[in-house]
Amino acid sequence: MAETTLDGKRSPLARALVYGPLILFAAYFLLPLVVMLLTSIKSMAEINSGNLLSLPTAPTLEPWRKAWSEMSGYFLNSFIIVVPAVAISTAIGAFNGFVLTKWRFRGSELLFGMLLVGCFIPFQVILLPMARLLGQLGLAGTSGGLIFVHVVYGLAFTTLFFRNFYVALPDELVKAARIDGAGFFTIFWRIILPLSGPIIVVCVIWQFTQIWNDFLFGVVYSSSESRPITVALNNVVNTTTTAKEYNVNMAAALLAAAPTLVVYVLAGKHFVAGLTAGAVKG
Amino acid sequence: MSSLSIRNIKKSFGNTHILKGINLSIEAGQFLTLVGPSGCGKSTLLNIIAGLESPTSGEILIGDRNVNKLSPKDRDIAMVFQSYALYPNMNVRKNILFGLEIRKVPKAEQEEAVQRIARMLQIEALLDRKPAQLSGGQRQRVAMGRALARDPKLFLFDEPLSNLDAKLRVSMRAEIKQLHQRLKTTIVYVTHDQIEAMTLGDRIAVLNGGEVQQFGSPDEIYNDPANRFVADFIGSPPMNFIPCEVVGSPSQGFGVKMNHEFGDFVLETGGDLKPWLGKHVVLGIRPEQITHVVSSRLQERGVSGHACPVHLCEPTGPDTLVTTSLNQTKVLARVRPDSAGTPGQTMDMMFDMTKAVFFDPDSGERLRFHLSQAA
Amino acid sequence: MPKSEPLKIDAVLDLPEGSATQAPTTAVNRGWGGTLEAWLPKLVVAPSFIASLVFVYGFILWTAWLSFTKSKMLPRYEWAGFIQYQKLWANERWWIACKNLLTFGSLFILICLVLGVLIAILLDQRIRIEGALRTIYLYPMALSFIVTGTAWRWMLTPGLGLEKLMHSWGWTSFEFAWLVDPKMAIYTIVIAGAWQSTGFVMALFLAGLRGIDDAIIKAARVDGAGTWRIYTRIIIPSLRPVFFSAFMILGHIAVKSFDLVMALTGGGPGISTDLPATYMYTYAFARSQIGLGSASAVVMLGGVLGIVLPYLYSELRSKNHG
Repeated sequence: MAETTLDGKRSPLARALVYGPLILFAAYFLLPLVVMLLTSIKSMAEINSGNLLSLPTAPTLEPWRKAWSEMSGYFLNSFIIVVPAVAISTAIGAFNGFVLTKWRFRGSELLFGMLLVGCFIPFQVILLPMARLLGQLGLAGTSGGLIFVHVVYGLAFTTLFFRNFYVALPDELVKAARIDGAGFFTIFWRIILPLSGPIIVVCVIWQFTQIWNDFLFGVVYSSSESRPITVALNNVVNTTTTAKEYNVNMAAALLAAAPTLVVYVLAGKHFVAGLTAGAVKG
Repeated sequence: MSSLSIRNIKKSFGNTHILKGINLSIEAGQFLTLVGPSGCGKSTLLNIIAGLESPTSGEILIGDRNVNKLSPKDRDIAMVFQSYALYPNMNVRKNILFGLEIRKVPKAEQEEAVQRIARMLQIEALLDRKPAQLSGGQRQRVAMGRALARDPKLFLFDEPLSNLDAKLRVSMRAEIKQLHQRLKTTIVYVTHDQIEAMTLGDRIAVLNGGEVQQFGSPDEIYNDPANRFVADFIGSPPMNFIPCEVVGSPSQGFGVKMNHEFGDFVLETGGDLKPWLGKHVVLGIRPEQITHVVSSRLQERGVSGHACPVHLCEPTGPDTLVTTSLNQTKVLARVRPDSAGTPGQTMDMMFDMTKAVFFDPDSGERLRFHLSQAA
Repeated sequence: MPKSEPLKIDAVLDLPEGSATQAPTTAVNRGWGGTLEAWLPKLVVAPSFIASLVFVYGFILWTAWLSFTKSKMLPRYEWAGFIQYQKLWANERWWIACKNLLTFGSLFILICLVLGVLIAILLDQRIRIEGALRTIYLYPMALSFIVTGTAWRWMLTPGLGLEKLMHSWGWTSFEFAWLVDPKMAIYTIVIAGAWQSTGFVMALFLAGLRGIDDAIIKAARVDGAGTWRIYTRIIIPSLRPVFFSAFMILGHIAVKSFDLVMALTGGGPGISTDLPATYMYTYAFARSQIGLGSASAVVMLGGVLGIVLPYLYSELRSKNHG
């Protein structure tokens, strides 16, 4: 560290001291992804004869085909759960954020604090009552039930996102619109929502990642028909009845990872913004 | 246009009293400025007039109508904000028309209004731009245009110029005044800038600590301040406040004793200060009433020349501010540049006591007295 | 005489203009319209308020109640005192889970913080390929812990994974069987967990580093401070709030860790990698010990709140007074 400087000029040694570790770290972070990709296009024979990083001599898509035929239904299940859950929780979060910043009332700060606690509780503490409730509502084991659960426990985060964004919008905008004659919903639709693009992107990405990657609610509340892909993947990988097909496992894992990875690659900036905003400002 | 009455408006949050009973009223077409330091309650008062906040007690009347229970949109008012609050997602035309659109004004009338306003404020070329593409001054015009579009009963301005640079502020100030003279609208204008308050208002209300310190014309506020706070707040550089002792007698006339490191003198006053004889008061005298000596004026009653030590000279261009010290208090004089003395030496200064005022040293209230009969 | 104004009350009430009874009518209806206007924001947040009240606070109380009963397969609601808590703390498996959480949590947090800060500082040296590197460091955060667990499980498989790679690279004596070693299996969870979360900590610190006022660093330079001293005396101390946030978030991830264990070790070998989260799941759902599962969930909640509430409190305070 001592050799590096804060300005541009750097000796070759200092450069090596900075770039060397950075590239090593990059290799470390990339390793599992590379291993997954390589394994997923090898036959089991080749897996047994080669090593983690040996290149396939006869690349095959057979594991992918097999993984897809096993996982496609669960893949779809995840989408059926994720899309409405993200849309509903984001919409509610936007309205909540709007009220909590621009229409404050006595107790609204307390309400926000109350909601915020929902970001932090370990969900184990609500698992049993929720299972009971879903059973009584006839939602046990259905996608509808999972959507409901994800909306309820996603609210705290979406509200936090929108609140922190809207709090930075000048109150005068709302005052001006009220004097211009606009009411609550008109102000939301015509003034606030058109300004919310960036935070909607952040919130949708965050919720999409969270709900897609969820395992706990999926494993507790889903049935075989509504099982999301994370639960299905875990079942496939942990199966002890058949011989392990590592190549198929890796292909299935990559399938489960694909949607969130695509989102990350396409909108990485917003993804990071969500992570830091949601986490730091909590 | 409508008159405006504010009757005993109070606003408190728990034990915090923001406004402690405000009474003000202006006639239709008048320009009222509310001025005071930050936290004096002036913006709260404006928000209460607008209906954006509700008072704890008291009444607001626009025209003869009590608007207490009306929401902002039903009060027929328009408001210009410090931050302009232009809708960032709409272009200038849409910003101006938003209020008319919400109120379902016919399209033809809307178009007419936008043309009229664009012409009046010379923003025709900007109509299709978004607020982000405008300069500060242009945004300010659009914000005013938005307020003017609806031809409301009352205009409210909330520190509209404080985000502009000094030069633009002066020219926009003149434009607002011109606009008012032309349109004869009723305006309530909030500012912390006493020069804005003086130049714009027909009527000025000086607020501090949630109370009206003084309500009057610019001339009254400047020359006849109700208390030390008003005297101090209005005027730049501010009035000098010199603690001093009252001396003299009813037959000889009264005066106040001054001293500095080289000697002392008595400033004679024209007033009957008998009740305060031998007591300490605070003399309030504006810098422009302490000048270089103009010998022809020395004959006038209440005008006298005295040598005072010069501590500091600050040229401003048209005149130079000379700092001296009387009764251990820093005192500013406004003198002609070529008459300014040299620091460390003394110069003759002329004190014009005809406009001097006196305050109670404890309460800061103005001491009122009759012009004395003697002499 | 006041000119009678046509008043638009709101969308709900549209009164005929100029009718003789208008003035009194509007006065009455205006109050009602005003009430609706005042209530609308509260109505909008009411569902979330109720949801939070019932599904968070209500359910917590419900679970707490269950933890004081003898519920097994089916919930029962007769008060049974602290019997489940006694059972819990007498249960060796729960102790293992808690010890594992301590081991995993402290190592996980430590490694993530150290590596995260190190990478952030290195990345802050005006690196040309910073964008690409950042993308690489952060992508694990986009993955599910299930995927992470699956990948690392494969790589750590004795005989086939890293072991075989090292052997074929010529390090034939290399042995790495932590995954199947009850003493060491918990550390595989640390490895995979740190791999996934380090990038996130790096992002937090990078944002913190970028937020430091350049003028302060320039001032220190003018005062003659070297790079090492600037980092140790000025930059890192000023990142104290970021350390605090990162610590909270990582601690929170650690307590909630469930998916990673399920995918990587399934709690095994045996029960050697059980964490409170998997313990609760096992007892509440697989073993039908609802009362005991609830008691463990309540203890987890207590642990999390013990860490988080002071943090939340200070955050809200600083926001209100800052």
